Amino acid sequence: MADASGALATGKRDERIKDISFGARLMRRPELGAIAGLVLITLAFLTMANSTMFTLSGVITFMSPAAQLGILAIGAALLMVGGEFDLSVGSMVAFAGLMFGACLTALHLPLWLAIILTFAFAAAFGALNGQLVLRTGLPSFIVTLAFLFIFRGLTLVGLKWATGGSTQMRGIREVVQGSPLLELFGGEAFTGLFEWLARIGLIDAFKNGQPKVTGLPVDILWFIGLAILATYILTRTRIGNWIFAAGGDATAARNSGVPVNRVKTALFVTTACCAALVAILTVLDTGSTDARRGFQKEFEAIIAAVIGGCLLTGGYGSVVGAFFGAIIFGMVLIGLTYTTVDQDWYLVFLGAMLLVAVLFNNFIRKRATGER
Amino acid sequence: MSSDTEGPATTPPVLSLRGIRKLFGGVVALADFSLDLHAGEIVALVGDNGAGKSTLVKIISGVYPPSAGQMLIDGQDTRFADPSQAQASGIQVVFQDLALAERQPVYMNLFLGREAVTGPWRRLDRRRMIRESEALIQGLDIRIPSARATIRELSGGQRQGVAIARATHFAAKLVLMDEPTAALGVAETMKVESIIRSLRERHLAVLLISHSLDQVFRLADRICVLRRGVQVDVRPTSRTSSNEIVAMITGVA
Ligand SMILES: Nc1ncnc2c1ncn2[C@@H]1O[C@H](COP(=O)(O)OP(=O)(O)O)[C@@H](O)[C@H]1O
Ligand SMILES: [Mg+2]
Repeated sequence: MADASGALATGKRDERIKDISFGARLMRRPELGAIAGLVLITLAFLTMANSTMFTLSGVITFMSPAAQLGILAIGAALLMVGGEFDLSVGSMVAFAGLMFGACLTALHLPLWLAIILTFAFAAAFGALNGQLVLRTGLPSFIVTLAFLFIFRGLTLVGLKWATGGSTQMRGIREVVQGSPLLELFGGEAFTGLFEWLARIGLIDAFKNGQPKVTGLPVDILWFIGLAILATYILTRTRIGNWIFAAGGDATAARNSGVPVNRVKTALFVTTACCAALVAILTVLDTGSTDARRGFQKEFEAIIAAVIGGCLLTGGYGSVVGAFFGAIIFGMVLIGLTYTTVDQDWYLVFLGAMLLVAVLFNNFIRKRATGER
Repeated sequence: MSSDTEGPATTPPVLSLRGIRKLFGGVVALADFSLDLHAGEIVALVGDNGAGKSTLVKIISGVYPPSAGQMLIDGQDTRFADPSQAQASGIQVVFQDLALAERQPVYMNLFLGREAVTGPWRRLDRRRMIRESEALIQGLDIRIPSARATIRELSGGQRQGVAIARATHFAAKLVLMDEPTAALGVAETMKVESIIRSLRERHLAVLLISHSLDQVFRLADRICVLRRGVQVDVRPTSRTSSNEIVAMITGVA
C-alpha cells in the first residue's frame, strides 16, 4: 500500500476513481449475454424461418416448451447462484409425475390433495439432497448425480408396480375432470380476453369469429410469474443477498452470520418443487405420465442458467438471464421446424450456443472488471 | 499460569475464558487458556505463527466449538453454535482471512447478515446501506473506490479496511481483531489504531492480535503471550518490556 502513504489528508474521494458509467454498469449485468443471444437467434429465425413462426400461435408454440424448461431453469439458476447444482431435477420430474399420477389413479385422491402431496414429497427429497450435500461435504454434483439415477430407476419400478407392468400411466385426465383447480394447473388462461381480441380484430380469428389461439397456456403464466417472483427474491430481499453470499463464499457468509445451511437447503427444496410443478403441469396437459418424462432436462436447465450468466462457481448469476436462456431453447427447438434445416441439428446448435454464451459472458465480465 | 487480578470487581468481565482447550485431531492448538476481558480494556494477544491465536478468535466467535473449557459472556455461561449467535451477543470479529464475499459489493459486505430493509415487504434498502457505508468508509479514512465496488476489485489493505469498518461499526460489547493492520500502510495503520482507542472510549472490550510489538505497546492495557498453544503469561503493559515479551514469545529466556 505504498501509494496510500500520501493519503493522510483523506476524507476526500480518491482522485483515481471515476464514477462507473451507466454503460459500464449495464455491461456488468449477468443477463446481458442471454438477451444478446435471444436477439441474435430471433433475427436469425426472422430471416430463415417461415413467417408464421412469429405470429401469435407460433410464439405460443415455442413458448410452451420454453416455459416447462424455464421453470426448471429458474430453480437451477437460484441454486447455482447459491453455489450448488441439482442434476436430479429431470428424474425428479418423472418421479413426481409418478407420485402425482399414483395419487390420482391408484389412491383416488382429490386433485388438490394430490397436488399438495406431490409438492410435499418433492420438497422432502429436495431437503434430503441438501442435507446430504451439507452434512457430508460432498460436492452437490456427486450427490445429485446419484439421485439422477435413483429417481429415474424408482420411477420405472414404481410405474410398473402401479400399472401392472407398463412404463406409462394413462387415464389421468378422466379422473380429474371438473375439478376447479384444473384451471390453475392445466389448460389455457384468459380465454375470454382472447375471444374479445379476436372479435375486435386484434388477433387472428377463424371465419366463425373464434380466435385461432383460444388462450394462453397456463405453464407460460407460471413461467413468467415464477421468474418475476424469483427475481424479486434474488435482487430485492435479504434472502436473495444471502443466496449470493452463500454461493460466493460459504465460509465468509457463515462467519458474517448468514444462515448458509438453511439457505442452501431451501434452494434444494425450491429446485425440487420446480420439478414437481413441471411434472404436475405436463401430466395434466397430456393426461398421462411415463418413465421418460424430464429426460436430460437437468442439463438443459443448467445450460439455460449458464447462458443466462450464472457462474459454475456460484455467487453470480440472474434469474432474468435463465428466463431468456430458456426462451432461446424453446425458440431453437421449435424454430427449426419452421425452416428447411434438418431438425437433428438441434443438439449441435445447443452445444454451440452454450459455448458461445459462456465465452461471451466471460469476455464481457472481464472487460467490465478490467481483469484478463 | 497467571490469573487476572486487574479490572473492577463490581461488574463481571465481558468475556471470561476458563481452561479453553482445542484439539485438531492430534494437534493441540490450544492447551489451557484462561483470560478475563473487561469493558473498556484492550488486551493484546501475541505469539509466533501457529501459536493458536486465530484458533482462539474462532472459538470465541463461534466458528469452532472448544474441545474443553468454559466461556462466560457478562458472567453467563455461553456456548455459540455458530457465528451469528456470537454476533447477536454483541461480538464482532475482524478475521485474519477477512470473511468477505468476493463478488458482492462493499456495502453488501458491510451489511451482510444484517441488511437494512424497508417497507411491509421487507425490501432491501440499498440506498440506505450505500449511504451509511459511504459515511462509514469516510470516517475510517480508507480509500475505497465506491461503496458499490465489488470486493475482488479491492487491494488487500482496502479489504482489511472493509472488515474493520464492519466490525467496529456493529460491535456492541467485544471486538476481536486478528492482525487487523497486517495489510495496511503507515497512515492507514495510524488511523486504525486511533479507531481501536475509540473502541475503548466507547467502553467496548478489545482483543487485539498483532505481530507489531510497537503497536501492542502503544495500544494494549495488558499483553497475553501464547507459545505453541500454551499460554505463557498475561502482563500489564506498564510492568513489562518489549524484550521480556520477545523472550516469552520465542521461549529463549
Ligand atoms: N482447521 C484446522 N484444522 C487442523 N489444524 C488446524 C486448524 N486450524 C489451525 N490448526 C492448527 O492449529 C495451530 C494453531 O493455528 P492458528 O490458530 O491459526 O495459529 P496463529 O493464528 O497463532 O498463527 C497450528 O498448528 C495449525 O496448523
Ligand atoms: Mg493466525
